[in-house]
Amino acid sequence: MYTQGLDQQHGAETGRHGEETAAQLDAFQARIDDEEKIEAKDWMPEAYRRTLVRQISQHAHSEIIGMQPEGNWLTRAPTLKRKAILLAKVQDEAGHGLYLYSAAETLGVSRDQMVADLLSGKAKYSSIFNYPTLTWADIGAIGWLVDGAAIMNQIPLCRCSYGPYSRAMIRVCKEESFHQRQGFDIMLTLCRGTEAQKAMAQDALNRFWWPSLMMFGPNDANSKHSAQSMAWKIKRFSNDELRQKFVDITVPQAEFLGLRIPDDKLRFDEESGHYRFSDIDWTEFHEVLAGNGPCNRERMAKRRTAHEDGAWVREAARAYAEKRTSAAAAA
Amino acid sequence: MSKQEWPLYEVFIRSRSGLAHRHAGSVHAADDQMALDHARDTYTRRKEGVSIWVVRSDRIVASDPAETASFFEPAEDKIYRHPTFYEIPDEVENL
Repeated sequence: MYTQGLDQQHGAETGRHGEETAAQLDAFQARIDDEEKIEAKDWMPEAYRRTLVRQISQHAHSEIIGMQPEGNWLTRAPTLKRKAILLAKVQDEAGHGLYLYSAAETLGVSRDQMVADLLSGKAKYSSIFNYPTLTWADIGAIGWLVDGAAIMNQIPLCRCSYGPYSRAMIRVCKEESFHQRQGFDIMLTLCRGTEAQKAMAQDALNRFWWPSLMMFGPNDANSKHSAQSMAWKIKRFSNDELRQKFVDITVPQAEFLGLRIPDDKLRFDEESGHYRFSDIDWTEFHEVLAGNGPCNRERMAKRRTAHEDGAWVREAARAYAEKRTSAAAAA
Repeated sequence: MSKQEWPLYEVFIRSRSGLAHRHAGSVHAADDQMALDHARDTYTRRKEGVSIWVVRSDRIVASDPAETASFFEPAEDKIYRHPTFYEIPDEVENL
């Protein structure tokens, strides 16, 4: 579900140009310019490979960590129907993580290495999952806003120049629309309910609006890494373009719900046909990315515990498979 | 962290009878049966398949992309394999 403009967070990648001739690089760029897809075993610049490994694995980690805020409400969903739906949704997030790990592995990085990088804190995941889910309405807001923002980011990734990533994103996007609709359905039900329920929906919107806008990453002016990703057609639209699209389609949906977007400066600009909105508090964004959001430590601790608690299962399954293989060989 | 990760399997899915199996992605599993179960849970949550093949990734033999031109070269100059190579008079029908 969730990629973020995290490709700027680690400074510029430099390829080992010593081993890459200008002719190789030109031929590669020509393939990209012709809209050819790059496949796993094709020649590619080292910087292209590393950029993709970082972006795809961060995307995968986001899906996996993203199960936690929603998982928080699985046992407390208001009805059996809502519980079954949420369970299916959280399972989809695990699936999306697996599609993406699988795509990243085609670039020659092992699953264990990616998991180790997540658990050590070396690899990042989307900032949005470091916010708590305090009420049931937050589950609605996450589906509606967070998945909505993710769809905006992910649809262009279906056309990404790297074949395995593009195919994984097509699979993800097919499932994503269910996620957004179930979220909106929760919000709609609350907004048609009692005053207290509507207030709960408004409160969730208030808390998730700005973090959702931050999901698109830094403003274009501060996004120095974007140009290379654009040239490689990993990225098709800038952070600000996608953010604007998201605001333009989401504001009318909030109006339909009868909810107020928490931004005093929000207004529709007739001339451009776009909504204008306030500047984002980037200090908050950078603090959350640096590990100081409301739930960073909790999310990582839970992930590490889950991984460690599962170690004996992984080892036992492997030992059992080995035992059966050697028994079959002996027979 | 487990000492060694489970082997990687490539997953192929037949979406319905009459169609060929198609590559969907990969899964890690300790053995063949687990690979099938993981493939089902990962790639067919919405009835995307009626049949799944899994095969250990290290058992797949693949052509080398760097050799693509020379590897497929024998087909390059045999345009007579295509029906459009032959000029048939307009009067001749059903050919």
